[in-house]
Amino acid sequence: MADPFLSIQSLRKSFGPTTVVQDFNLDVAPGEFVSFLGPSGCGKTTVLRMVAGFEQPTSGNITVGGKDVTSLKPNQRNVGMVFQAYALFPNLTVAQNVGFGLKVAGMPKADADRRVAEMLSIIKLPEFGDRYPYQLSGGQQQRVALARALAPKPKLLLLDEPLSALDAKVRVSLRDEIRSIQKTLGITTVFVTHDQEEALSISDRIVVMYGGKAEQVGAPFEIYNRPATKFVANFVGTLNVLEGKVSDAAGGRVRINDQEVLIKDRLNGSRTGDTLSLALRPEAIALGARAGHDTTISGQIADVHFLGSVIRVRVGLGGSTISLDTFNNSSTPPPRVGDRTQISFSSSDLLVLH
Amino acid sequence: MKSGRFWAWATFLLGASFFFIPLIATFEFSLRMRRGEYSFDAYRIVFGDERFQATFGYSVIVAVFTIILGVLIVVPTAYWIRLRMPHLRPVVEFITLLPLIIPAIVIVFGYIRMYGSNSPLPFLATARGTDLLLIIGYATLALPYMYRAVDTGLRTIDVRTLTEAAQILGAGWATIIGRVILPNVLIAVLSGAFLTFAIVIGEFTLASLLNRPAFGPYMQLIGANRAYEPAALAIIAFVITWGCMSVIQVLSRFAPRSANRPN
Repeated sequence: MADPFLSIQSLRKSFGPTTVVQDFNLDVAPGEFVSFLGPSGCGKTTVLRMVAGFEQPTSGNITVGGKDVTSLKPNQRNVGMVFQAYALFPNLTVAQNVGFGLKVAGMPKADADRRVAEMLSIIKLPEFGDRYPYQLSGGQQQRVALARALAPKPKLLLLDEPLSALDAKVRVSLRDEIRSIQKTLGITTVFVTHDQEEALSISDRIVVMYGGKAEQVGAPFEIYNRPATKFVANFVGTLNVLEGKVSDAAGGRVRINDQEVLIKDRLNGSRTGDTLSLALRPEAIALGARAGHDTTISGQIADVHFLGSVIRVRVGLGGSTISLDTFNNSSTPPPRVGDRTQISFSSSDLLVLH
Repeated sequence: MKSGRFWAWATFLLGASFFFIPLIATFEFSLRMRRGEYSFDAYRIVFGDERFQATFGYSVIVAVFTIILGVLIVVPTAYWIRLRMPHLRPVVEFITLLPLIIPAIVIVFGYIRMYGSNSPLPFLATARGTDLLLIIGYATLALPYMYRAVDTGLRTIDVRTLTEAAQILGAGWATIIGRVILPNVLIAVLSGAFLTFAIVIGEFTLASLLNRPAFGPYMQLIGANRAYEPAALAIIAFVITWGCMSVIQVLSRFAPRSANRPN
């Protein structure tokens, strides 16, 4: 990356004897939308709060737009932030909330009013300026919070799980709206979430975090299809994890429950006899043979879940079970539990986890 | 179920009788100044007394300054404790309860000893200095009520997130307290203020021992020397206190509504 807009170098944060963020490094390009994804307690919000200035790092540096902001107070950083709990000021109207940052900055009233009207128009609530926060729905409140954060034209936008408190339908529509506004304004954005679907759908890049560290940084396609670690593979999407034993390291052959599969060039120094964790996405597996699939193994149908457009089938492979998804076809009945079956997949979809 | 309701009402009526019968008796007695008929003569005499007007006016002014001092001390303290030092909350709560445990007479003798005319801080050497000490003393006596009122108000809002939201928008501490926190706990602050007012208006010990012309010592003086006027004054004091309580109730209807407290 030539000139990162946000640069986090060797960031570390300890609370007493507990280290919650360690050796965290990240460069974010101008206008990029980066998501921090991870389970509760993984340190994602702590990193965001350090970028905002609410927490002081134990060590490390944070640079925004080429300027070291590590020791600056939150009100000196020119950063916008949207909180999970909306955090609208209950005593102020929507317009006063949106204009709060402008008033604090000393912007002339006429200019501030124009900017507030512009922001309310962007979030599609132009007629809600005189209402109070308690008169709005959760989704509307969060849109106002977004407008309030963007009104002073911050250099960087931080979103701390802004969709978590909303119901599923509003969450999806607001997610798309946030992304659309972010693209329109071209503002560099860091988004914290524990929802993988949210992160995958909205981000240019995802930082998957675990135990205070960045496990993997990459584009959503890369994170989903090429997880670098066992944690990433398990956390992002549904995954079948199988134990395999290297039967021929030179030939790239691995045995899974007495059935041999070929893994080309990905054994990464494993020796014959080593045990490996192998991962396979349900959608990469087909019932029966399929063109392009070079590996076929047999098993017994253990369970069938009808999910409407998709049927999730669990197939027993001796000691382990594998899940696969197949589209519902009205002319083909779903498989029956207990039937012997063959499943096929492309060996290139088989991931070796470390 | 019916039996439970009967006993609930019986207990309520017993409690109400315990409270209201002496009050009604006092009121009835205050109307009997004119022989053989009821009249408001006692009230007319009390309101017409220059000393009543002077002492009541003095106590009102002292109460206003006490409220200002209390708000200046309690609001930032309670806010900071909630925001940054929640672990100190039990300690601060204990400290604010001390005025309920330590009698006012102990406080006033402490003042006289510490701030007498021969001390390094001779507050008691001048009338204004003594007034200031009286205000400080009243602020201390009102601390349990003011702190609890403000702390309860702060509990209804998300202090930390609102503070951070204001900070990230560029606000400094004065703006945060003045434009975000105080307006959202204003009703709680007013509740504390009216409780303080009620305490200051009726307080006797501090004002008497510091020799200030307050309403409390005046009531005691009248009580010791007259028959019907003290009863009228007691009713007036009750009306003032209840008036303050009613104002708190009315103002609480105008509290800023939040997403957590929509109606």
